[in-house]
Amino acid sequence: MQVEQPLVAPVALAEPGLARSRSQAAIVWGSFRRNRGALIGGAILLALILLALLAPWIAPYDPLQPAILQRLQPPSPNHLFGTDQFGRDTFSRVLYGGRTSLWLGLVAVGLSVAIGGFLGLLAGYYRGAVDLVVSRVVDLMLAMPRILLALVIVFTLGTGVTNVMIAVGISGVPDYARLIRSSTLAAREHVYVEAARVIGVPNWRIMARHILPNVVAPLIVVGTLGLGAAILSAAGLSFLGLGAQPPVIEWGLMLSDGRSMLSVAWWLTAFPGLAIMLAVLAVNLLGDGLRDALDPRLRAR
Amino acid sequence: MLRYVQLRLLTAIPTIVGLSLLVFLMVHLLPGNAVDVMLTQQGATAQQLQQLKAQLGLDDPLWVQYARFAKDALRGDLGRSLFSHQPVLSQILAQFPATLELTLAGMAIALLAGVTLGVLAAVKQNSWLDSFSMVASLIGVAMPSFWLGLLLIYLLGMKFPVFPVAGTAGWRSLVLPAVTLGFNSMGIIARLTRSSMLEVLRQEYVVTARAKGLGEAVVMLQHALRNAVLPVVTMVGLQFGYLLGGAVIIETVFARQGVGQLVVTAIQQRDGPLVQGTVLFLAVIFVLANLMVDLSYAALDPRIRYQ
Repeated sequence: MQVEQPLVAPVALAEPGLARSRSQAAIVWGSFRRNRGALIGGAILLALILLALLAPWIAPYDPLQPAILQRLQPPSPNHLFGTDQFGRDTFSRVLYGGRTSLWLGLVAVGLSVAIGGFLGLLAGYYRGAVDLVVSRVVDLMLAMPRILLALVIVFTLGTGVTNVMIAVGISGVPDYARLIRSSTLAAREHVYVEAARVIGVPNWRIMARHILPNVVAPLIVVGTLGLGAAILSAAGLSFLGLGAQPPVIEWGLMLSDGRSMLSVAWWLTAFPGLAIMLAVLAVNLLGDGLRDALDPRLRAR
Repeated sequence: MLRYVQLRLLTAIPTIVGLSLLVFLMVHLLPGNAVDVMLTQQGATAQQLQQLKAQLGLDDPLWVQYARFAKDALRGDLGRSLFSHQPVLSQILAQFPATLELTLAGMAIALLAGVTLGVLAAVKQNSWLDSFSMVASLIGVAMPSFWLGLLLIYLLGMKFPVFPVAGTAGWRSLVLPAVTLGFNSMGIIARLTRSSMLEVLRQEYVVTARAKGLGEAVVMLQHALRNAVLPVVTMVGLQFGYLLGGAVIIETVFARQGVGQLVVTAIQQRDGPLVQGTVLFLAVIFVLANLMVDLSYAALDPRIRYQ
């Protein structure tokens, strides 16, 4: 199908009423499809997610079962990524590790988007006192290096996968709150919002039906780019021993285990790290592509 | 300019007060928790527990506790560690120079390599150099710093032992950690420099400079780079905070002394006062660094001061 270079503003994509007409979606898809980096990123991410989901069926070995006779074997056809000091197969462990690491990142970003989006929506829509409180707290959280924020939350809640999700999720909240607040401030000035208010549509309904569709596009872009950062932070916390705890299998934790064996078994650090890098690279490429596709103003660059 | 400096200094104060409140509240969200854990492990009875809490003022209302904390903090007293019983501030000050050294060295590498890559990429747009530096920056952003650190330790510390793999002694022990720490920011700075440079190269004053026959090097360095570097300066503040946070992880990778090691151990030992003090200290340093960046930005770009 022939796709025209669009002349419409990106906001039109989500204009309620004429929401997501076929041609608009086609324009976005067309632009996305022509972005080779985004396609590669999407494909790698999809592959990693599938490998993680299918781990119980495709992993050649039990990731937790020690096999003393197979200790510290270098990569070979039998053990693609070698084995660790307990004889466990690194390839199987990387597959299972993806279940934790990717899930951690996804839930963390989900939390950031949900909490940050909600706060931003309230602040931008109601303005006044709500906005004042939300904005001050957001500014404070941004005045602190993100990892420190996550560290304090881990201290308060304790270690473990769930707590790291919450810590990384909350430390990402200010980004989304700020983004959605400013998009909402712009969106609430539209005539149709005014009209809806005049005919007595309740506030929550205006936010859900008329404001939210306007702020979805930037939210998707920033959320995708944020996923890479979330995967990195979560793995970093686990690497420090503050995140996932054994017997949970997680990429950052695998790196921290492999660290003590570095001089004798490089494969224990090489492969889990490669997995993290691939995942983050894929997510970033995808995010860049989505940004270009959803925001025509940036497309020329 | 002086007015701007004064104004900017004043706005930093509420931020620091707010940060102290935020960190205090987060650490005290579960009141007395650390003390409970520590003393129950040592076999204290419920009565002894109650006594100690009263002694430490842990059963006062939260705002009373915060007021006491703030009052002490203003006098430079951040409390004592629950484990070493040393004053928190002196512990931090003993470790901070190593962390600052690492952060600044990482920043220097990131800036030097990042700006160079970015300028080269912009000047030779669409060449192999451009593609190379953009791929390098993509990888730089995606690479977990702790993994890069381990790879460098393996390659340059074990396979080809050029640098020491751990420790804090001498400049040689700083090389690998600083490269590891700066690599990610290098990617970000390279991308930013490239796009900012491309923007500037289209401006009329660059065309004019070329038209009046100035050498390409003079045009690039004196006319283009000077303007292109402004957004990079703003980025430096953000990146400083990022590097300061990154140092926490890098110190663990390279078993270096520093505030990062201090805070990670404190979290593992559930040492509330030490966690609170360290995080607040680093956050205040971050605020002050941003302040300095803002001021230097105003010095570089006179337009800012008059707004």
